[in-house]
Amino acid sequence: MKFFDISVSELHQKLVDKELTVTELVSQTLDQIEADQKVLNDFITINRTDALSKAKEIDEKGIDPDNIWAGIPIAVKDNIITKGLKTTAASKMLGNFTPIYDATVVERLQAHDVIIIGKTNMDEFAMGGSTETSFFGDTHNPWDHTKVPGGSSGGSATTVSAGNSIAALGSDTGGSIRQPASYTGIVGVKPTYGRISRYGLIAFGSSLDQIGPMTRSVEDNAALLNIIAGLDERDLTSSDKEVPDFASKIGKDIKGMKIGLPKEYLGEGIDEAVKAVIQEAVQVLTDLGAVVEEISLPRSNYGVAAYYIIGSSEASSNLQRFDGIRYGYRADDVKSLEDVYVKTRSEGFGDEVKRRIMLGTYSLSAGSYDAYFKKAAQVRTLIINDFNQVFENYDLIIGPTAPTPAYAIGAEVDDPTTMYMNDILTIPVNLAGLPAMSLPAGFVDGMPVGLQIIAKPFDEETMYQAGAAFEKATDFHQKHPEMEDK
Amino acid sequence: MTTENNITKADVAHVASLAKLKFNDNELEKFTGQIEDIIDMVNTLNEVDTDNVKPTFNVTDQFNRMREDVAVRSGDKEALLANAPDTENGFIRVPAILDESEEA
Repeated sequence: MKFFDISVSELHQKLVDKELTVTELVSQTLDQIEADQKVLNDFITINRTDALSKAKEIDEKGIDPDNIWAGIPIAVKDNIITKGLKTTAASKMLGNFTPIYDATVVERLQAHDVIIIGKTNMDEFAMGGSTETSFFGDTHNPWDHTKVPGGSSGGSATTVSAGNSIAALGSDTGGSIRQPASYTGIVGVKPTYGRISRYGLIAFGSSLDQIGPMTRSVEDNAALLNIIAGLDERDLTSSDKEVPDFASKIGKDIKGMKIGLPKEYLGEGIDEAVKAVIQEAVQVLTDLGAVVEEISLPRSNYGVAAYYIIGSSEASSNLQRFDGIRYGYRADDVKSLEDVYVKTRSEGFGDEVKRRIMLGTYSLSAGSYDAYFKKAAQVRTLIINDFNQVFENYDLIIGPTAPTPAYAIGAEVDDPTTMYMNDILTIPVNLAGLPAMSLPAGFVDGMPVGLQIIAKPFDEETMYQAGAAFEKATDFHQKHPEMEDK
Repeated sequence: MTTENNITKADVAHVASLAKLKFNDNELEKFTGQIEDIIDMVNTLNEVDTDNVKPTFNVTDQFNRMREDVAVRSGDKEALLANAPDTENGFIRVPAILDESEEA
């Protein structure tokens, strides 16, 4: 079964009308995922036994017609912990780790009778932009198996893009939902920082990390955010702001909406063909009645540098917990406690994780703190000020999601600084804690290109409104990779 | 400052020791070059005037959330120990802390 041409609400209707049982749905989904796993390697763990028994329970209980998520199988990135289901963050360090509690988002999914179909591949500890730093091997882009799916949520993007999962959860610290969504031609949303509890998300950069939905359509995306957002006492950064119906403005026209197009987002380093796709998207939005004007985010070019200091500093602190004592990997043949720490960490972490730990430790070390960590935090303030200034006069900001389409597997893996620049257009949003979406906007040489829509804090509704209007006026979201329906 | 960046292998080895990581000679060579490149990249921040700019460490206005100081049961011991690499009699077992001791 492929989910290319069906929405969650249509699938829900089939379950309500008993055209399909949950068991049939889950079993066909599992078969398809398992059949494609050999070529895509998009899952680390497939939750067959548990998903089928949950499906049976829901079939026996019956489908609640008011809960569109009842019995719908979705995929979850493997840095979101699931009770009793192996969770590795794609690291050797957690290769055998089975959580003893659920992340808040997982609890909320289960409260809506969503079925967790499996745990998706990713860059190790979400550090990377290609899913090549996974301890469990590369994931392949469904549009061209020689290309990366992006990352770090590459497995979640791939299973949705391939039509094998109708929705997935990812996490986004510097673009890890939006960039793979762009590379694989799907809709990916990083909500406002604080919208969704991070409790049970394996921490990378705690002031930047945010969980978000990855789907085939804007409507499905808003529907998934609806059931996972909201205050959680267990995450003190989760917001107590009221959770609206994120789909409430979908279908409303965008006449007169004011949209800023940062000149820096169509500047140096951005592929000419990608710029052309975005210019066409601007035309579509203009034709729909929006007023798109050039604006400037003058400090956005410093986002990457500030991010690598802040994110790596937070990571170096967060990853100190992996010490080989209480859980996770422990090196063999250790003679002392110091040995347990050093050997375990040196053998358990991959190179990209070590690079970030090193950069973070350096930035925070005596004599470097002011020059690096504090400096980066000051530049972060200026980047936020740039956004605030634009949002005084504009409803949304748009631009490309990534400077290029997906590139060949292996092409950038030994060149960290080049790889880091792929995040230049997504990082400023994380530094400022804003909500942003990537949605299909065209193709370059047969590979998808995403349009990024950035909104004011806690104004996801306007972002979804514009995204849905663009989606309705175009047919890019209906195109899909050629995948065999098994 | 952007140009006078010289990260030596000794610097990298020192930071590695702070981070409880250890590299062999080949790795040290590779990481020194890569970290030098990354430091060059992040040094571009020196072009930005940040005099009198307040640093941002977190974007939320939320400061803290306190709960009542009441004891609650959180996870049972067996489940907690199930992920430990080595246990004995309900304790986590680790190697001897001092090199000269013979038994843990």
